[in-house]
Amino acid sequence: MDRGLNMVNEATSRRNREGASSTGRPGLLTLINSYFVRHAQTLFYSLGQLLRAPFSMLMTAAVIGIALALPAGMHQLLQNAQLLSGKLDDATQISLFLKKAVTEQQARELTHKLGNMPEIGRVRLITREQALEEFKQNAGFGDALRALDENPLPHVIVINPALQHTDAAAGRKLLERLQGMIQVDAAQLDVEWIKRLYAILEIIKRGVWILAALLGMAVLLVVGNTIRLAIQNRRDEIVVIKLIGGTDAFIRRPFLYTGFWYGLFGALIAFTLVNIALYLLSDPVRQLGELYHNPVSLTRMNLETSAYLLGAGILLGLGGSWLAVGRHLRDIEPR
Amino acid sequence: MIRFTQTSKRYEGGYDALSNISFHIEPGEMAFVTGHSGAGKSTLLKLIALLERPTRGQVLVNGQNLSRIKRRQIPYFRRNIGIIFQDHQLLFDRTVFDNVALPLIIAGYTRAEIGRRVRAALDKVGLLGKEKKYPITLSGGEQQRVGIARAVVHKPLLLLADEPTGNLDPDLSREIMHIFREFSQVGVTVLVASHDLELIREMQTRQIILHQGQLADDGSGVEYGQ
Repeated sequence: MDRGLNMVNEATSRRNREGASSTGRPGLLTLINSYFVRHAQTLFYSLGQLLRAPFSMLMTAAVIGIALALPAGMHQLLQNAQLLSGKLDDATQISLFLKKAVTEQQARELTHKLGNMPEIGRVRLITREQALEEFKQNAGFGDALRALDENPLPHVIVINPALQHTDAAAGRKLLERLQGMIQVDAAQLDVEWIKRLYAILEIIKRGVWILAALLGMAVLLVVGNTIRLAIQNRRDEIVVIKLIGGTDAFIRRPFLYTGFWYGLFGALIAFTLVNIALYLLSDPVRQLGELYHNPVSLTRMNLETSAYLLGAGILLGLGGSWLAVGRHLRDIEPR
Repeated sequence: MIRFTQTSKRYEGGYDALSNISFHIEPGEMAFVTGHSGAGKSTLLKLIALLERPTRGQVLVNGQNLSRIKRRQIPYFRRNIGIIFQDHQLLFDRTVFDNVALPLIIAGYTRAEIGRRVRAALDKVGLLGKEKKYPITLSGGEQQRVGIARAVVHKPLLLLADEPTGNLDPDLSREIMHIFREFSQVGVTVLVASHDLELIREMQTRQIILHQGQLADDGSGVEYGQ
């Protein structure tokens, strides 16, 4: 506690002699108050400094924005893919191909009977005529099919298992029962490809995290380098402030806030970029969904993801400037 | 106020800037440090402002042993000193007001108090009314006076000036020296490094004369060789 206390005491008593009203030496409460005021002032001062050169500020912020937009955008697409695969999951379907001999009337009766089974949620009959029509329209087999004498397609009953029977084991059991029915030629349960899809999504997810980590480091370096240049540009100022008693914290503060602003602006740019990209993709995705008779739409970034993005940007901005300030401020000493 | 006891400073490479210096300056005293360039004047001031540490010996400022002040405490120590440089060390992207206000902002004074004190300091050096100007638009003498206002705005107990009149003509130099004298008359200890011998003679003040890093003469004779 010997940090110039003697001097301070003497100075204070000298000032007291001058009269209390003219001291203005900050009291503890004033100091705490002015601490926050000064932080706010520095925050906006550093913003003002950045806005003096808006173009170069935007360039740096854009680099940060693109680096953040890549993982954020991929994360968003991945979320959409997972949402979509979740829909596929409820749509675990069993297709029953009925024997040729089964008439349409019998098929309808069977459909009705299956619909009443507790394991089964929804059933839908596709008669051979309907199937043929659909084939002719969609698959481009029209000419080939016309060349045939008779309709080669069987009646098909499409079954969605009831929700509690959607897992693989229950699905398989149901499948065996259905296969045993005399009217049924073949039954097919397709879950393998969904499992594969999940595995692929898991790999992509890991990849997105790795990408995010790498690009996060890139943001740290970009901010760090920008702050390093700012420190060099303001070398004279730092020397003067050190000469007249500015603490390291006082000198550090504007640079940290500069990093904060870079991070914030970068994150806002990333947010905008991701949403523009999602908007551009939304139409083609909807068309793709229509082809699968499955209405899908891309979800925009929700509040939580946006908050994470902003938080990540700000933290990386602060972190980058912290690294630069820690390394370079100590080197600058008045001589 | 300032006491050097057998103080030496050797720079890396073996150059002795100061060797075995002892002297004492009373509170409220005004003194010059003189000598040829390279005699160690600047080094002496740097030791007092903790810009350098002595290699041997002791420096006491206001009863405080500077060797006990840790790096982190240096800023708080420097707030009790006003320093004036030959090249002013002003910030050219800020107004005169903002330059002078800097020590007060660092110390956390209130806005109203800062305004009051800055104007008082500028008034003292005769620059009231120029507070909104930028230093680059001022003359050399005016810039130096802004530097002085900044050095005294927080009412330091000790004022150090390193060649404050180096770039000024004799009339302006005299004016600056008289400002220093006024400060010493209200109780501020003033130590000025200068080689303007004519002006120093005129001021009739104690001289600490350095020659090649050694104390060649101390105008007061007191305390010498203790």
